[in-house]
Amino acid sequence: MNKIIVGISDQKLCKSPDVLVTYALGSCVGICMIDKALGIAGLAHIMLPDSSAIPNDHNKFKFADTGIKLLYDSMIKSGAAASRITAKIAGGANMFATTSPAMSIGDRNVEATKKMLAKLGVPIIASDTGLNYGRTVSFNAADGSLEIMSSLKGNKTI
Amino acid sequence: MINSYDDLSPVQLDVLKEIGNIGSGNAATALSQLLNRSIDMQVPQVRLMDVADAIESLGSPDKLVVGILIRLKGDADGMIMFLLEEAFAKTIVTGLTGERPFSLYEMSADDISVLSEIGNIMGGSYVNAIADLGGMTIDMSVPALTTDMLGAIMTVPATELSEAYEKVLMISEQFLIDSVEIQSDMLLIPTVESLRTLLGKLGVADQ
Repeated sequence: MNKIIVGISDQKLCKSPDVLVTYALGSCVGICMIDKALGIAGLAHIMLPDSSAIPNDHNKFKFADTGIKLLYDSMIKSGAAASRITAKIAGGANMFATTSPAMSIGDRNVEATKKMLAKLGVPIIASDTGLNYGRTVSFNAADGSLEIMSSLKGNKTI
Repeated sequence: MINSYDDLSPVQLDVLKEIGNIGSGNAATALSQLLNRSIDMQVPQVRLMDVADAIESLGSPDKLVVGILIRLKGDADGMIMFLLEEAFAKTIVTGLTGERPFSLYEMSADDISVLSEIGNIMGGSYVNAIADLGGMTIDMSVPALTTDMLGAIMTVPATELSEAYEKVLMISEQFLIDSVEIQSDMLLIPTVESLRTLLGKLGVADQ
């Protein structure tokens, strides 16, 4: 089993029994996709909701809309069946509760993520989003389990 | 004309570094008075960095730190973010409230309000340095504090910066309190427009 690290504004695929890890999701969202029958998994770590809001930024992995579409396309390209791909999502926290604008960037990231997955027809089968703490996640391509670790709020698997 | 941080000249960078130096001196004096102890300070390191590089230079993304966020409004808009490691938080809290076991994992509401106030005082040291030198009026928000993974805390400046500006002024200070060395890192992040105003007021807009 290899542990593959996914950075901020990055995404990677792996095959069972490997594991995808991304550290310290704050307001960012980690989107995990899997075709369980084939053991093909992918993880995207997005930072911002909408690529059209910042047209001069060409890192498509940074945004929910373009990043999720690219992750989905990579899954399909490596043989995953569109009908079998499911998703789990985590992150989208509001790290500093008192100083947020009306809708925090974390909330906007989660909303944009859900919207893009719905558009692609990928069902979200589990999620752990919002609240006010950071999450490190580990996505297991062997069984599709998503382990979520925090500093002060304990760990869980969804 | 400054349109982004990349446009800063060496002279302008030196001016920003000097503001960092003055702010650090003010902060050390304030801390010393508060703790009623002598504090030695090394010359602070002041660097202009990409957000991504700043995160990397601060250590492992899952390291537990205290983050204190203060927003700036008025003649200068932006934010200040303090990142305090456990040694720093412990020195301050036990210095003010008495020796006892201290851990970032088990802070009381009182510990948190002590650290917020320290953030307020230290933030004020820098903001006053800027306001005095530039003849500007700058309002500070009440500090917001969280204890969490470094990487998760840094998503706050990183995401807001992605939408407008990409660089931060990072001021790393080493204090020596009773021969214990403690470090604090502070990110000073004015908007590009505020930076332009400040450099104009300091007479180095075109240098």
